[in-house]
Amino acid sequence: MISNDYVITAAEGIHARPATALIRLVKRYRSVVLLKKGEKSIRLNSMLNIMTFGAKAGDTITVEITGDDESEASLAIDKFFREELKKI
Amino acid sequence: MNTKKHHTDHKIYGVGASAGISIGKAYVMKKNVIAVTGALLRDDNEVIKEIEKFEIAVRMSVEEVLTIKKGDRLKLKEEEIEILETHIEFLTDPQLKADVYREIHRDRRPAMDAVIEVIKKNVGVFKNMDNEYLRARAADVQDIGDRIVKNIRRRKSHDTPVFEPGTIIIAEDILPSDAITLDMTCVTGFATSLGGKTSHTAILAKSRTIPAVLGCGNALTGIDDGDVLILDAINGIVIVNPNEACMEEYRAEKDRYDRKRQSLNSLRHTPASTTDGVGIELLANISGADDLEESWEYGAEGSGLFRTELLFMNRDSVPPEEEQFEYYRRVAIRSKGKVVTVRTIDIGGDKPLDYFGLGQEENPFLGYRGIRISLDKKDIFMAQLKAILRAGVFGNLRIMFPMISNMQELRVAKGILEETRRELEENNIDFARDMPVGIMIEVPSAAVTADLLAREVDFFSIGTNDLCQYTLAVDRGNEKVKDLYNPFDPAVLRLIAYVVEQAHKRKISVGMCGELASDPRATLLLIGMGLKEFSMSAVSIPAIKSVIINHSYTRAKEIYEKILGMDNSESIINYLQQQT
Repeated sequence: MISNDYVITAAEGIHARPATALIRLVKRYRSVVLLKKGEKSIRLNSMLNIMTFGAKAGDTITVEITGDDESEASLAIDKFFREELKKI
Repeated sequence: MNTKKHHTDHKIYGVGASAGISIGKAYVMKKNVIAVTGALLRDDNEVIKEIEKFEIAVRMSVEEVLTIKKGDRLKLKEEEIEILETHIEFLTDPQLKADVYREIHRDRRPAMDAVIEVIKKNVGVFKNMDNEYLRARAADVQDIGDRIVKNIRRRKSHDTPVFEPGTIIIAEDILPSDAITLDMTCVTGFATSLGGKTSHTAILAKSRTIPAVLGCGNALTGIDDGDVLILDAINGIVIVNPNEACMEEYRAEKDRYDRKRQSLNSLRHTPASTTDGVGIELLANISGADDLEESWEYGAEGSGLFRTELLFMNRDSVPPEEEQFEYYRRVAIRSKGKVVTVRTIDIGGDKPLDYFGLGQEENPFLGYRGIRISLDKKDIFMAQLKAILRAGVFGNLRIMFPMISNMQELRVAKGILEETRRELEENNIDFARDMPVGIMIEVPSAAVTADLLAREVDFFSIGTNDLCQYTLAVDRGNEKVKDLYNPFDPAVLRLIAYVVEQAHKRKISVGMCGELASDPRATLLLIGMGLKEFSMSAVSIPAIKSVIINHSYTRAKEIYEKILGMDNSESIINYLQQQT
């Protein structure tokens, strides 16, 4: 299991556009990807769940990746959070 | 039926979600509501059949959305394609699927009832979110739900209505996919009961520049097909069956607005360079994140002056660091990587604040104000610096001190800034480490020592209003002497030229954020001096830009040379007026 923390920088949290991109990215891997904030935890494959997750700018979230391709998945997701999310 | 019909000139108030004015005839869109059947499935066989029905309906729905997306008939905008992408994601959402399966399997409900129920629940969740953007997404969920239900019932898509030219659509709400597939060529406006600034109807209206008044509530129910409407989306008003005087007024207003819009649009994306290719940066003076959108509309490339006083006004105490951080961060995030120059509080003088306990002064402009207060009230100053440095992580912020009058002051201010950085560092708080630091040049003593001050800062910003009144010893507010206030006075111009020259010598950037920056008479003269950064109220940008793009840098230099030989403001102004 690989676990990484990120701070959300997008103004209104995760919008539909980045969420769509993120889900599509996650779907490319076999690993199970979880998104956590405090007590809350969801799977990163559902738009409904991501949007109702309530991540706001400034929040620290944890991404947990478990599976046989977890290192590749983790690299790609890490790149997404570091680069893509800022631009949106 | 017509008992609710509105009288002449009836006004309905909503939110203007896409600016503009439109005059046209109402087309009332009605919504058909589908109720649950309430039936229960009898056996596993039926359960399997209903699950199959749901799956087929989802597949058909995805196909439909893909078809809309591919269709070139509609000439979709980027925002609309995004909406459709989101819909595909919602339609194939594993959580939605799992919830519907459970309803069918465990609760033995038919596919249609299951979908209606699950969608209703999710729409409810979105509607209760504390974020306006997410609340508006409830419409997306409703939209894809309606689509699945329609396909379960094997209904064909209802034909899209044909509109007459000049149609204003009246609806409870317009579902995103309806909005996208409507033939918009004849639609000149929208008014809806629901929705707000971030709803789909707003996005659609904005992307197609169609005026829209949203969130009007029940007041719209009295409007009938064919009613004449004025849609004033600037003020968020719908006028039903206006009288002739009102129509006349609005026709003129619409004409004015449309023409202004057109000239703005044509200049907005034009780079501000002289005819011989010297680029000039035009920035906006702002007071908060809410000013940014308008700034971009007028073509600003960033902000040369973010006044932070607004946050400190109309309250009883100093805003805490966290509140300031939020306020600055919103600006940082929304400025999308463009530069924003944050000026630390500049109160006192003409901007007193009761809770600072400034008291009455004989000469407020020569007294306790600007950086002098900040250096004296170090805890307040440090809280502001912390908030700015922290917000810097989210954008491209610069920090600027107002009213610096000598080197000692600057060094003390920088010392406190350094101490603030150390404190953040020690507490492991993330902040922008290499944020540029600059000063306002608005006191003559700072202007004449620009060569010295330039060694210790990253940029200058010339504040002409104070510089002028201090240099000429004129209080602008004093009726008896206000005519002496004149930024075209050779003394003021010499100071400005000297500051620009010294900044260039030390290779630091220099801008101007005072009123002179927005005076088209001064533009070429200032460019001739070597000034390349102008910050002003956003509405002034187009006028200044049109001066720049129609003249050469060579000409600007000649103008400056010529002015050097003039000994009074009157001849200078006369000469400048002949040049543009």
